Amino acid sequence: MSITIDRNRCIGCGKCHDVCPGTLIKLDTDKRAYIKYPRDCWGCTSCIKECPVYAIRFYLGADIGGMGSLVHTEKNGDILNWIIESPDGKISEIPINQKESNKY
Amino acid sequence: MLIYSQKYEIFGEAMNIEKLKTDILIIGGGTAGCYAALTVSENSESKVIICEKANIKRSGCLAAGVNALNAYITDGRTPQNYVDYCKKDADGIVREDLLITMSERLNAVTHRLEQLGLVILKDENGNYVARGNRNLKINGENIKPILADAVNALENVTVLNRVNITSLDVKNNRVNGAFGIGIENDTVYAIEADAVIIATGGAAGLYKPNNPGFSRHKMWYPPFNTGAGYAMGILAGAEMTTFEMRFIALRCKDTIAPTGTLAQGVGAKQINSLGEVYENRYGLTTSERVYGTVNENQEGRGPCYLRTEGITPQQDESLIKAYLNMAPSQTLKWIESGKMPSGQNVEIEGTEPYIVGGHTASGFWVDTGRATTVKGLYAAGDVSGGAPQKYVTGALAEGEIAALSAVEFIKNSKAESISEESFNAYIAETEKFLGESSSHYTAEQLEEAMQTVMDNYAGGIKTNYRFNEKQLDIADYKIRQLYRLSENLHAEDFQELMYIYELRERLTVCRTLIAHLKARHETRWHSFAENLDYPEKDDKNWFKYVNSRLENGEIKIILRDIVSGGNTYEHNN
Repeated sequence: MSITIDRNRCIGCGKCHDVCPGTLIKLDTDKRAYIKYPRDCWGCTSCIKECPVYAIRFYLGADIGGMGSLVHTEKNGDILNWIIESPDGKISEIPINQKESNKY
Repeated sequence: MLIYSQKYEIFGEAMNIEKLKTDILIIGGGTAGCYAALTVSENSESKVIICEKANIKRSGCLAAGVNALNAYITDGRTPQNYVDYCKKDADGIVREDLLITMSERLNAVTHRLEQLGLVILKDENGNYVARGNRNLKINGENIKPILADAVNALENVTVLNRVNITSLDVKNNRVNGAFGIGIENDTVYAIEADAVIIATGGAAGLYKPNNPGFSRHKMWYPPFNTGAGYAMGILAGAEMTTFEMRFIALRCKDTIAPTGTLAQGVGAKQINSLGEVYENRYGLTTSERVYGTVNENQEGRGPCYLRTEGITPQQDESLIKAYLNMAPSQTLKWIESGKMPSGQNVEIEGTEPYIVGGHTASGFWVDTGRATTVKGLYAAGDVSGGAPQKYVTGALAEGEIAALSAVEFIKNSKAESISEESFNAYIAETEKFLGESSSHYTAEQLEEAMQTVMDNYAGGIKTNYRFNEKQLDIADYKIRQLYRLSENLHAEDFQELMYIYELRERLTVCRTLIAHLKARHETRWHSFAENLDYPEKDDKNWFKYVNSRLENGEIKIILRDIVSGGNTYEHNN
């Protein structure tokens, strides 16, 4: 379980760095974010929800059954849209209205 | 208030030292800490500093969100019903006075949380929809940002993010403040306060985790919660209680995602590989559910599952969303495997053991005002003992109680200034770690060594959570050795300095934990404290609290009588 940050998409705003509960994300000399300690990620996805340009993805480690899919979220009003890209290019979207409670 | 700020240089690197003063210092800006700050603001003019080693927006247990409020007094139930439930689950070793004072506040703090913006499911009449007897359904993905926004708007509260407090300043058993390090601003802090509320959470990472490789941090409890508050309390001579009641969560295999949503949400039963429902053979308390799963595996009937096959596609969809709101890795697992829970039962396993006072009863020994045995020091949330099953709302309630007590306390009691001598000693300690060292070990190596010791000799996953006295003696010896080795570690920067302190916090917690496991000569809770030398429950001799205090470097065990219903414990020192 960890994240990957697309250096080319990153605009250096630092929001992911600010919010990481493990202080794991740093900015390099070009002010681009990178994860310095990938093995220490808890998988909380806080950074992904902060990124304004959708440059961060999370994935499951192979040791816990990961198959290479990448996940990020895009927010539109009350809707938090979860987007899952599988290695074969298939994209699934799961929109969640944050004003609606869980059913369970 | 800034007392002074200085720049200085160590080994060619610029660093800062700062001394600050406030009325109330809150250590840890998680659920309990944030609510304590809100409470102080609503009830006094006192100045507050919150020190948070991450950022309060997404720190602590609730960084990813939470799927339900597990502690609420639903219609027709009473606070005493909740106390009775907790008491039964812990087989009597709880503080009823703490539980009732918490339970009486659960609903009020829930309503406050809703006012702040938390979405709670309601029926057409505007009443909350309960999940079982004690739970409410919510959308808690953003619960922490909601709390953080409320705290950040307070004028009397200063939040210091990325400031890791590692030590209390205690003189004559009275706390005068604390010391810490700014992880990203290379600053060493002394913060004076008339009262200190400690709300640092519990301890993860003591034992070898389920997935010790790349996904070592994919664990139930935040891997960043190192037991700092326990360690600071232990080293300051505070009395601690019930560390031997470890918490082991029953979780979805690999992702270590919650199982309660499946068990309570869609009524999934625990079954073994033969398809038999085994939970009734062992009992339904939290520890019995773990023990049953361990035993079924040991007797060759594993793996164990939550039976979800046959649920409806609509239920699948709701589960997918519910998990995205708290443990997104489980949803990803379902999607990547191509099998939804309706088509495949969900495999379950026990986690490594944790020390966490919001689920079991480990923590500071406190009175009903959440005062610890150190004057001026209050404890709330997972770090506070005696009151298990706090969950989110119980942590809020304890934050409120501790804050009200602290506000009252400082009206008549002022702290001494932190002496320059104490501060200089702390600065010297940080300099030692930042200086040159001949050690070829790293904090990470010693952490892995500690986890291996605990796994092998103190009842980890490897031994199916079981231990005996001889093993505990070996564990104690090895943990002391590792603590000695940690003296000579070297940090390249302040983040590595934090890692050294975190390791030493965990080692300190391990020592107390081992002493507690050794002290209780019975097995009252299977798996949580399974002592093979004393495999039976012994009410005659052990219906007691096992407490401890560090005296002259050694852990002194103190046995105390149970505080039963209607009675209230008060400190008499």
